[in-house]
Amino acid sequence: MARKSVRSTVLSGQRPKRAPSPSLAVLVATRKGAFVLRSDSTRRSWRLSKPIMLGHIVHHLLLDPRDGRSMLMAARTGHLGPTVFRSADAGRTWKEASRPPAFRQTGAGQKKHVVDHTFWLTPGHPSEPKVWYAGTSPQGLFRSEDSGDTWEPVAGLNDHPEYSQWMGWLENGTPDGPKLHSVLVDPRDAAHLYVAMSSGGVHESLDRGTTWTALVQGEEVVEQFDASRLDFHDPHCVRLSPANPDRLYQQNHCGIYRLDRPGVEWTRIGRSMPKSVGDIGFPMVVHPREVDTLWVFPMDGGGVWPRTSPGGRPAAYRSRNGGGSWQRQDRGLPRRDAWWTVKRQAMSADAADPLGLYFGTTSGELWASRNEGESWSCIARHLPEIYAVEAVELRR
Amino acid sequence: MKVRIPSPLLSYTRSKEVSATGATLTELLTDLDRQFPGLRFRLIDELDQLRPHMRIFVNRDQVRDLAHPLAPGDSVQIIQALSGG
Repeated sequence: MARKSVRSTVLSGQRPKRAPSPSLAVLVATRKGAFVLRSDSTRRSWRLSKPIMLGHIVHHLLLDPRDGRSMLMAARTGHLGPTVFRSADAGRTWKEASRPPAFRQTGAGQKKHVVDHTFWLTPGHPSEPKVWYAGTSPQGLFRSEDSGDTWEPVAGLNDHPEYSQWMGWLENGTPDGPKLHSVLVDPRDAAHLYVAMSSGGVHESLDRGTTWTALVQGEEVVEQFDASRLDFHDPHCVRLSPANPDRLYQQNHCGIYRLDRPGVEWTRIGRSMPKSVGDIGFPMVVHPREVDTLWVFPMDGGGVWPRTSPGGRPAAYRSRNGGGSWQRQDRGLPRRDAWWTVKRQAMSADAADPLGLYFGTTSGELWASRNEGESWSCIARHLPEIYAVEAVELRR
Repeated sequence: MKVRIPSPLLSYTRSKEVSATGATLTELLTDLDRQFPGLRFRLIDELDQLRPHMRIFVNRDQVRDLAHPLAPGDSVQIIQALSGG
């Protein structure tokens, strides 16, 4: 949605009243706490906050777009268990959830799990203003109906009889633990959900999580593995187009994909990326108004998987035709010797026109573009390793 | 009885030493959570296991069994094990 221009009504004998401009903020979750950068609608200068929850491992920090003021933060520390912090005043003060996400203990003889950390937060449908979803490591889906104060397991997924077949051995997960992420709520239907699991594949529910159907057809898996097994599927990030919620994009361990519902077979659109760069990466951003426009940030997925910018030359790649072709966008970024990368939650877009893009690096730099990726500038550096970046509009 | 609190949990207790009651460690932790809501889950997971980098000592002995009995004169110390990076 384009940001509306503000016009004041001039009344006789009164000074024009200026409607408050929305305050743009970039919420940054890092391995050592959270930070907020604020700007006005010009996006030309940014103010960095003091650290929030310094020393906490913060995997996700999100603003509730339904009220523009509430925030949730998924956090833990090296010693203390996982929790969720809540703010009702745009991050000025924080309270801990009364009952953070935790697996329900199952009967004797069944495999039991412990939430290591809450990894992903998603606000619910606008028609359910107090609902939030959380994805955890190891893979688990949780739902709150009281603005994040208490969380219940979504039994349809966490206690699914095929849970073990979907997830495989938990110790085989990604280096920081296997995760449930990319919790997507269809803006047209509060009961229609997608989730992705690394590992475990992409799944869809039409009944708020009571039942699930795998959506992995067409996805490739690592060579010599069996694509019919869900535990070999490793979606890194799945996004839904706000302009057309029937369009899904996916950055997978094995390429970039697109799926047009009600179709069920993913098409690998990363084949048109330059061979020297490849189509492996973690983050993905979809334009909020243009269904065919998206960005990825490739990493080196060759050999032993360095997971760094290919050749030490970082760049975003944009497609304006649904993945038919890609354009490299690296103006302003380091031309060489930059061996960082961007994690799956660490790239985001605002809603302005032209669109602003933001990404955070594993080396603690935050980069921004005010022109849809045509050029980039560094707006913060020397932060801890960045896990997640969210561009939001705060209401005053 | 007196319970010594490590620095990561001071945001809950605001004090390095607090008083709590219980005939077992489980009961003591329940009382601590009643006084300082949220503290227990940061220390004990949903399987009632002590989290990997936390330790509890009772009268200088390390204890992992939460059913461990306590006497009124016992001293309990919660400490953080080496962890970080």
